[in-house]
Amino acid sequence: MSKVRVLVGTRKGAFILTSDGKRDKWEVSGPHFAGWEIYHLKGSPVDPNRLYASQTSGWFGQIIQRSSDGGKTWETPGGGLKPPSDAGGMPSGESNKFAYDTSTATGKPLTTHQWYDGTQHPWEFKRVWHLEPSLTDPDTVYAGVEDAALFRTTDGATSWHELSGLRGHGTGPKWQPGAGGMCLHTIVLDPSNAQRIYIAISAAGAFRTDDGGRTWKPINQGLRSQYIPDPTAEVGHCVHHVAMSPKRPGVLFMQKHWDVMRSDNAGDLWTEVSGNLPTDFGFVIDVHAHEPETIYVVPIKSDSEHFPLEGKLRVYRSRSGGNEWEGLTKGLPQTDCYVNVLRDAMAVDTLDSCGVYFGTTGGQVYASKDAGDNWSPIVQNLPGVLSVEVQTLP
Amino acid sequence: MIQVVLPAHLRTLAGVGSEISIEVAGQVTTRSILDALEARYPMLRGTIRDHVTLQRRPFLRFFACQEDLSLESPDAPLPDAVSSGKEPFMIIGAIAGG
Repeated sequence: MSKVRVLVGTRKGAFILTSDGKRDKWEVSGPHFAGWEIYHLKGSPVDPNRLYASQTSGWFGQIIQRSSDGGKTWETPGGGLKPPSDAGGMPSGESNKFAYDTSTATGKPLTTHQWYDGTQHPWEFKRVWHLEPSLTDPDTVYAGVEDAALFRTTDGATSWHELSGLRGHGTGPKWQPGAGGMCLHTIVLDPSNAQRIYIAISAAGAFRTDDGGRTWKPINQGLRSQYIPDPTAEVGHCVHHVAMSPKRPGVLFMQKHWDVMRSDNAGDLWTEVSGNLPTDFGFVIDVHAHEPETIYVVPIKSDSEHFPLEGKLRVYRSRSGGNEWEGLTKGLPQTDCYVNVLRDAMAVDTLDSCGVYFGTTGGQVYASKDAGDNWSPIVQNLPGVLSVEVQTLP
Repeated sequence: MIQVVLPAHLRTLAGVGSEISIEVAGQVTTRSILDALEARYPMLRGTIRDHVTLQRRPFLRFFACQEDLSLESPDAPLPDAVSSGKEPFMIIGAIAGG
């Protein structure tokens, strides 16, 4: 029977929730890396026991953790204890080294980006927001970082190298931080085209490469953001998350700061599909595992009030790829609920009856094993949830 | 041997106890202690000082013999009591809260 493993990153550690395919009873393992912020953890699609985690701290900076046994044990790649005489070999202690590439041969000059007050500000690495393992190689992983840039490892996170064509492609000085920082938070790999990657940055917008990360172009046409000087600018949009069904590459769904959008041409043009949503502000968006037109969002009241409308936690589902939405409430709190659901905190499993999962800043992880019709908490009192990923295991 | 005290989270990361002993070649300075510490415990690289600039991370400070050494030159000789191992070199995380 299949199993499901839910990887939860929180403000104070990582938790791993496991169940059989019935998804009725859950075991909770953790906290792993207790006391540290775990922005994201995710497993390799080709080796599900290979997990990567982004562990961060305002005091001690960035750590990258790797597991080869599904999260039972962890290591910092290349960080093992060294006898004083040991030298050479694999890079050591560099799994957390995210140095912007400014070399003349492969890199780009480290220029400035726009700061909150409109002045220019130097690029400074702060943390890894998102780890996206390759679809074909368990040792290759992409990392989206703050200040916004994309890095890649090909040695299982022992060392990282920037794909500098993104940061240096030309519009960088116009990028600006969102309220949470200038983060590259979304990485979507195209299963039908190994050269195509989508990324999104708050607040710069969405970008696409068609040559494996060497060159990039903004894909923000059709977005309209009233809160920036030019609402239809090429860059400067606060994209919160982008999702794509692997069954239908090229069709993208976006939760922007305000507005839910879709693109049917790989991001070349976006159209708004907010439709009858009670508010089109929010952070998460995801797609049903088997129905590419069924999408999910969690509407949040506004950018100044980061909680659900009327204290009612509701997932909204569209079965038509947007515009027509239904509120899903069974099993979710409908009074006095003032949590938020952050951008990387929703995921789906791939069982026949698609499971949908999301975590809240109040420490609950909710699951629906019937594509959203009914919900129940599978764990209730974790630290604030930063990210949720799901693995469907044989 | 030099005695070094790490903050709790870095002890967990390095898998060590409250105080560790390391061999430091040559003159004992903040830089030579950190170089030796990171060579022995590579998982600590980047957690005490920045990987690229080698600047002390802003929320960490260095103490020894009841003195705050954080703003001293990293190449300044440390007190004899540290060099002889009688007093530890302490890496302290800023305490925040209220």
